[in-house]
Amino acid sequence: MNTSITIVDYGVGNLLSVARAFEHCGAEVTISDSAETILNSDRLLLPGVGAFADGMAGLAERGLIDPLRAFAESDRPFMGICLGMQLMFEVSEEFGEHRGLSIIPGRIQAVPTLGLDGMPHKIPHIGWNQLVRPDSEPSWNGTILEGVAEQEAFYFVHSYAAVPLHSEHRLADTLYDGQVISAVIRHGSVYGCQFHPEKSGHAGLRVIENFCALALHEPKLLEQSV
Amino acid sequence: MGNVRLIARLDIKGPNLIKGIHLEGLRVMGDPQQFAQRYYEAGADELLYIDIVASLYGRNNLTDIVRRTARDIFIPLTVGGGVRSADDVKTLLRAGADKVAINTAAVARPELIREVARRFGSQCMVLSIEAKEVRPGKWEAFTDNGRERTGLDAVEWAQRGVDLGVGEILVTSVDREGTRKGFDCKLIRAIAETVPVPVIASGGMGTCAHLVDVVQEGKADAVAMADALHYSRFTFADMRSAAREARIPVRQA
Repeated sequence: MNTSITIVDYGVGNLLSVARAFEHCGAEVTISDSAETILNSDRLLLPGVGAFADGMAGLAERGLIDPLRAFAESDRPFMGICLGMQLMFEVSEEFGEHRGLSIIPGRIQAVPTLGLDGMPHKIPHIGWNQLVRPDSEPSWNGTILEGVAEQEAFYFVHSYAAVPLHSEHRLADTLYDGQVISAVIRHGSVYGCQFHPEKSGHAGLRVIENFCALALHEPKLLEQSV
Repeated sequence: MGNVRLIARLDIKGPNLIKGIHLEGLRVMGDPQQFAQRYYEAGADELLYIDIVASLYGRNNLTDIVRRTARDIFIPLTVGGGVRSADDVKTLLRAGADKVAINTAAVARPELIREVARRFGSQCMVLSIEAKEVRPGKWEAFTDNGRERTGLDAVEWAQRGVDLGVGEILVTSVDREGTRKGFDCKLIRAIAETVPVPVIASGGMGTCAHLVDVVQEGKADAVAMADALHYSRFTFADMRSAAREARIPVRQA
């Protein structure tokens, strides 16, 4: 199986690690900032670290905002990682209010500075944290989390987090001192990971393999059958 | 508290992994890549590479080693030693580093912290502080592997770093480094209780009990260890079970 994936290069972050992780999982990787290449891809990855406003500016400069929205509409596998995932939402509150790609309804808000016990905890939220399946999500089968054990830990590093408008878009959460943080988002064939699968050892590579194995033009019917 | 991170620290000189005492008196251990691969497979949460002579020569030689590591190792990698400018940071990040640790250049020009944090994000700006106790309960920040005084109080410097945009602080006790006598828990605690960002404790780990001490007494968020791993005195599995016994959360690896 020769899976091909395009990684969007919009001037932020460490593309090498994410490209290597996909190659390690057998994918053919193209790194591109061309709208045409992006629109013709089988699978798309939007990586990124750094500030939200800088990320949107990087996409705008390269004329990629509309192409990314169009790709998301096309029902092909599309994954955002960390900032890349956050950019898929409507609005971010990081350093003022900024418009995002509006692919997924919801906002990006600061990670709560206190744990549920009312005690201050460290921000950024850095480290390996376990995934939990929300009550609204009956199963991870057929998703990028297929075969991932609950309690398996992934590497997070962030100060802001997604708050999806609709709970059915939350595929997995994580708890930071009791505070619920969205860890994986799913909206049709669009996925977002707050953690870094390319930095989460074997568990992370499994998520990447699962993404590469998602059927192209995944039928929408599947969503109801799982 | 989240899972405490266990970080393998590899001090590097030229092409070699080395091990010193008090950051001096070096011994060559071998090819860093082989050690890094071993620690990745054994369940290290992160890797930390420090080029320990780079700041003396004013350059960082780790780019090639970083590039090799990033090819096959899929956990976070922090790189430090001789990082002097935002362009140096860019070079290391493009080679596959996730974060950079800066000491000497930040002391010389604190504005560098703000530049790096603004351009690449706070999450990749680690302030490295080498601290020596100068009188009871007072620590001074040093540079160049504990050789040069800075006149900065280590705790105040940590707070200043946070104000400038640091996302994490690596605190190495020069007094304890390589001694296996345990971490300087008072130093770690003084900084960890002052700053809102995570603190990585480094220097002095000799037994698994030291790990428990520096988390419980020192309030460390992450723990770096070097020669204990290089000489296989204990494993990540040993550390994880010691931590769990003490009810310290660590990831299941």
